[in-house]
Parts: sequence; C-alpha cells; structure tokens
Amino acid sequence: MSADKFSNPVVRWVDHRLPIFTFMDHELNEYPTPKNLNYFWNFGSLAGISLVIMIVTGIVLAMSYTPHVDYAFQSVERIMRDVNHGWLIRYIHMNGASFFFIVVFIHIFRGLYYGSYKAPRELLWILGVLILLLMMATAFMGYVLPWGQMSFWGATVITNLFSAIPLVGDSIVTLLWGGFSVDNPTLNRFFALHYLMPFLIVGVVILHLVALHRFGSNNPIGIDPSGPQDTVPFHPYYTIKDFFGLSIFLSLFAATIFFFPNFMGHPDNYIPANPMQTPAHIVPEWYFLPFYAILRAVPDKLGGVLAMFGAIAVLFILPWLDRSPIRSGNFRPIFRIFFWVFVADCIALGYLGGMPAEGIYVVLSRVATAWYFLHFLAILPLLSVIETPRPLPQSLSKSVLGGTALAGAASAVKEKV
Amino acid sequence: MMKWYQAIIFSCALFASNAFAAGSGDVVLKHKDWSFNGPFGTLDKAAMQRGFQAYREICASCHSLDYIAFRNLSDLGYSAAEIKAFAAEYDVEDGPNDEGEMFIRPGIAADRFPSPYQNDAAARAGNNGAYPPDLSLITKARAKGPDYLYSLLTSYKDAPEDKEVPDGMYYNAAYPGHLIAMPQPIYGEDVIYADGAPSDVSAIASDLVYFLTWTAEPSLEKRKRTGVKVLIFLLFMVGMSYGAMKFIWADVKKA
Amino acid sequence: MTKTQTLKQGDIPANMGRRDFIVVASYAMAGIGLASVAWPLIDQMNPAADTLALASIEVDISKIEVGQAITVKWRGKPVFIRHRSETEITSAQSVQLSDLKDPQTDDERVTNPQFLVMIGVCTHLGCVPLGQKTGDVKGEYDGWFCPCHGSHYDSSGRIRKGPAPLNLEIPPYQFASDAVIKIG
Repeated sequence: MSADKFSNPVVRWVDHRLPIFTFMDHELNEYPTPKNLNYFWNFGSLAGISLVIMIVTGIVLAMSYTPHVDYAFQSVERIMRDVNHGWLIRYIHMNGASFFFIVVFIHIFRGLYYGSYKAPRELLWILGVLILLLMMATAFMGYVLPWGQMSFWGATVITNLFSAIPLVGDSIVTLLWGGFSVDNPTLNRFFALHYLMPFLIVGVVILHLVALHRFGSNNPIGIDPSGPQDTVPFHPYYTIKDFFGLSIFLSLFAATIFFFPNFMGHPDNYIPANPMQTPAHIVPEWYFLPFYAILRAVPDKLGGVLAMFGAIAVLFILPWLDRSPIRSGNFRPIFRIFFWVFVADCIALGYLGGMPAEGIYVVLSRVATAWYFLHFLAILPLLSVIETPRPLPQSLSKSVLGGTALAGAASAVKEKV
Repeated sequence: MMKWYQAIIFSCALFASNAFAAGSGDVVLKHKDWSFNGPFGTLDKAAMQRGFQAYREICASCHSLDYIAFRNLSDLGYSAAEIKAFAAEYDVEDGPNDEGEMFIRPGIAADRFPSPYQNDAAARAGNNGAYPPDLSLITKARAKGPDYLYSLLTSYKDAPEDKEVPDGMYYNAAYPGHLIAMPQPIYGEDVIYADGAPSDVSAIASDLVYFLTWTAEPSLEKRKRTGVKVLIFLLFMVGMSYGAMKFIWADVKKA
Repeated sequence: MTKTQTLKQGDIPANMGRRDFIVVASYAMAGIGLASVAWPLIDQMNPAADTLALASIEVDISKIEVGQAITVKWRGKPVFIRHRSETEITSAQSVQLSDLKDPQTDDERVTNPQFLVMIGVCTHLGCVPLGQKTGDVKGEYDGWFCPCHGSHYDSSGRIRKGPAPLNLEIPPYQFASDAVIKIG
C-alpha cells in the first residue's frame, strides 16, 4: 500500500525493505496536527534545532580545544584569534547555550499553561524534564571548559554540593574531582562528559518525539481533535510555520552573536582560572539562577541541595499533582491567575539568584522558594478540586471557526464564552 | 497578549543575568562614545597605533600581552617589513639547541610579545606582591571594559581626608574599593606621538583603550560587519517565510 | 517527491502562479543560508593563522661546514640542508639522466650547487632517510638511505635504487642573503 505513494522506483525498492520513507512521510509529512496551534508551539522545533546547532558547533570547537589546565584557556583564545572563523563558531556555541535554555524554558511554560503534561502525555512530559536535567548537566560542564575564573569557581561550588550528602558526600566529591580539588583530571572528565551528554539528549529527544507522535500535539483549546476537519498535515502547514519561527529566532540569535556576544556571559571568565583567588561575586550562568536562589534560600547545606534538586524532581510528578481534567489554562480562570503568579515567582527567583545572599534578598528568596513548592504541592492539587472550569468548546473546528487559526485560543475562547 | 508576558520573562531573565556584570556598585564610570560601539562600530587605526606606542613606553615594563603576536600588528596598519623590524627589536628565548641550551634570538613576526617577567611569582615579587594582570583581554575581563579602563587611568586623585592610604597603595576614584596597587601610570606628555596627536592624560588613556579593545578581540570589526550582512539576510528571510506561511495557510483560515 | 502532492492534499488552489514563488523562494533562502553556514564550519579545519605564520622560516646556513648537513623543521617536516663538497657536487653533476628513475639534472635541484635543500621525507612511504650525520649509513650512492624499505638516494637526493618512485622533494626556497635562506 504504502509503496504506491512513491513514484521513484529506487525509493520504492528501499522502502519495501526498509520503510524509512513511509516512516518519514507518516511522521513529518502527513502527520495530522491540530490546526489551531499558536506560536508557542514553535518552541519545540526550535529546541530541536538549537540542539543540532550546539552539537555541530561543539564538535567543530572540540577540534581546536585542549582539555588541559595549562592550555584550555589559551586554546580557547586561539580559537577566538587564529582559527578560521573560530570567533564566530565559539560565539555561536557560547550564546547558543543561552538561547537553547530560553527556548526550552518557554517550551516548558507553554506545557505548564496548556496542561500538556496531562493524560495521556505524562511520559512525554517526564522525558522532557529528563532532557532539561541532562541539558543542565551538559551546560554546567561546558561552562567549565574555557577554564576561566567563573569556570573554575562554578565547578568548585557545584561539585561541592555533593559533599552535602551524609556519610559518602566527601568521597563522592573526591571521585568527581579525581583529586583533592578541581584540577586537570576534573577538566578532562568534564570534557569527555560534555561531549557525550548531548548525544544522550538526542536519544531522549527521539523518545520524546515517539511519545509525542503517539497522541499528537496538544493544542491551545486542550481538547482532542475530533477528526480530520480539526487537523492539517504537518507539511507544509507546520513546516512553513516552524520555518517562519526559526527565521525570527535566528535573527535574535544572530543579533546577539554579532553585536552583544558577551552580554549573557561574565567578564570574570576572561580571566584565567586561579585556584588561589575567588572572584568577588560568583554567579552561575543566568539559566541556573532560579535554582541557585533555591539552593541559597535554605539555611541548611543538605536542605539547600535537596530543595534545589527537589525543584526539578517536583516536575516529574506534576501530572499527578494537577488532577484537573481540563488541560488548557484558557478554561481555568483561577489556575490562570496562579500560573502567571508562578511565572513571576520564577523570574523573581532568577533575579534573586543573581543578587548577593544578604539582607532583604535572603528573605525574598525564602518567600519565593516557598511559593515555588507551594504552587506545585498545594495550589495545583487544591485547584483541581475546587476550581470550576469554563465550558469547553465542542470541537477544535468550531472554535477555529470563531476566530482565526493563527490568532490561537485566546480570541476563540472569548467568542465562545 | 501572552507575547507581552513572554517579552517580560525574556527581558527579566536577561536583566537578571546582566545585573552582576554591572559589578561593584560604588564607582561611577566615565562613559565615552567609542568608535567601536554600536553595530557599525569600527576601530580607529591611528588611535590604535598611538595606543600601541603608549603600551610599549608606559605599560609594557610590567604588563604582559600574552595573546598578541607581532604578526597581529598588521591589523593596526603596519606593513610586513615594519612588523619584521619591530619584532627583531625584541629578544625571544628559544631552544633547546643542539647542545641542549636555551638561547636568545631576535623576535620574528610569528612570536608572541615576550612577557616582562619570567613567571607570575616574579611579576608579583617585582610589584609589592600585586600581580600586574595580562592586558590582552583586559577590556573583556572587566565589566564595561573600555569605560572602566579609561576611568581607571584618568581617576588617580588625592585621597579624601578621611581615607587612609597605606604604603604601596594609591587612591583611585574608579577602582572598586578605591585603593589600587598600581601607581599612577600616566601624567600627561609621557609619550611623544609621531603624528603630533595630543598626549594629555585623557588622550593617552583613550588611545590605550582603542589598542586594548583591539587586543581583547581582534575580530571585532569583522564580527560587526558580518553581523550586518547576516541580519539583512535573516530579516529578508523572516519576510519571505512570513509571506509563504500566509500563502500556505490562506485556505485553512477560510475553512 | 511528496511536496507537490501534499500541497494538493492541503487543497491549495491551483492558481499558484506568482504567489507560490514566495514558497519556493523561502525554501531557496533556507538552502542558501545553510550553505553559507557550512563554509565556516568546514574552513575552520584549514590551517589557523598561527600555523600559517610559521609556514615560512628563515635559516642561517653560514655555520654549516663543507660536508656537513643540518636538519630544520619546516611545516612539521624535516628539511635537509647540506653543504656539499666538491666531490659530491661533481658526482651529482656527472650522472647520466638515462640512469635515473626520476630523471632530473643536479642543476634543476639546486639554486646554489654548494647547498642542497630538500624535504627529508622518503617518497615511498614517508620515513625520514638516514645520511645527515657523519656516521650514518649513506646508501650505495653516498647520499641518503631510507631504512624502512631500502631506498638509496644519491648526493643530489635523487632516487637510485629501491621502491621509492621519486627524488626527494625540493621545498620552495630562496636565498635571502648569502648566509640566510627563506624556506616556504
């Protein structure tokens, strides 16, 4: 049957034995996608492309990088100065990490708002959180490689987190370091792992996509498409839309790379690592700041570490914390308010993570940390019981008819309610 | 509507990340309109050449320039012959030779600037325990580097009455904490420029900023020039893909 | 193959004409963009500026005694510079071209007959031939001998016997002065 699809005899011959073309046609071409997706659904494909950009530039950088404490900084400067187009490739990789996180954070908040983690997409969500964890580990180790002051002291502080584990903590830290402080063995293994982990991410991304295609994309209305009238084939409708989104993304990305390449970095990382002197303000990269704030908010060492990892762990069980059967926040008036409060809370945590741990900032960090966990552990479970949702439309088509396909749910819902 | 919120997320995240870059809050930096600022910024070759001369005559006795090779000076507008002659003025340690000895030879274009000290410890020992940092990356290794460097070089003052200045330290209004181990390096008229440009304190400081902005990132001009081209291409692509998207989706809207 | 099919499948009206130009043009731009990004990624593998800076070197040859040779490193390879004796020069010049596997006169191989400058890499499989030091085996033609597979070179560095197909390669060089040669 499927063989009829392809007119090219070579394609037909291959496809009969290895149905790769049928697979691609099914998953990338005719794959039915809700027709009412808004621009927030662009961020999944953007994340995928960001991953590819990072892997490609990373492999290329590894060709000129030397993972040795005496040469690492120098080899990065050689890339910036002597290697052909090295400055461009390194700036892409360096800012690419930030843009990857921006995209993934928006992707996650989109999932949170539209209830994309709810049945039957729990595993899809969990795989996504796993990707986030792997990304954080990869980004952390990558930041160590240039062997600047922030690299060194970031590595020291973060690896020391593990010393909070009772009994075996110190042994684990020694094991991570391969010595008694962050030193050459540490740099070497971080380089090895930084090269490995993106490929693990690719693996999980593939599983993420398999899980996605099992039930298809969620959509701004949050109800399942009731038939072909509610969907369009992925190609060309969403390929072109993703392409448009990509063009905008690349424009912002390029503006950063070419005009403010060091805006999201820290000047201290252009000072070679010095194990004898800690910089005055050490801060992680901006994407770790909310978690860093949570770490510092808890006055106990082990408690802080647990809270920080707990902030991610709680995302794993989110599908079972929010029991409301309504997916989309558009139909949950109270949830919607709390969602934006939560967004504000995360931004506040990010801000506080970058402030010195003193005075009012400590108090605010504690409040914001408490709210973070309260949101997941108390507010969401409670809302699923007490909230009265707005009536849902009967089908995607009807709501689509009301508004326009591209304007997304918001306008459609207004018509309906 | 939600895009509005997202814009806030984005800008807040960026703001938060940049808040520390602003760094030590108790000094106000002098801001200058550098020619290399902005998307069309360029480096001023004459100023860089003057800055290079000032570096050689004022800074080089203590501060190294590890990441710059003589050959890089072609960016400043020097010819290959000038660079060769210039490099030959320096003694470079090479070796070992056939007898296993290190030997001194004149520099060649491919050599990097020799460091004024054998090693960090010697540098420290020669400067009251304070390490004179390498200058190649200095404008990138400090928050608002060019303004910082300019302010630092022009802000040596008499300490206010209530501020005690220990021996071997100097008062500088632009340095975090105001006490700096580097004595005032520029007093004005320290160098005589071949092109007759003014050599008061702020002129020399400004020339040095140009030179050291280049040493920190020799690719700066190329980066900005490429950036303008890439952005024009991408913005065109945004327009095209938007048109294509509207075209493809036209029938779905009507459905 | 499937692009046009799907366009139809998506019920796009048949009156495409000028308007579908924009679709094709967008995809073309994506292609151009991708291609122009590919170049820096490939070109970064070419020699970097610091490598190129050492691509030409200057060597002082005034201290090489007659009958002695020095080896210098140029582009990661050994370069043999031999100050030849009159005997060596004469024997190199007197060889009949018909006796040579890779016919080349001695004149073609030197700028100044006293100094023979060549890359010390055997043209067979890349080993470094012996013959630079006074005590080395110099092979049957009193030049160089490659110990890997037994290639014999004469005092002009020409292949005379053994598996190597070509004479030892002459690098581009010129005399910057009587005492200094610039290789590369």
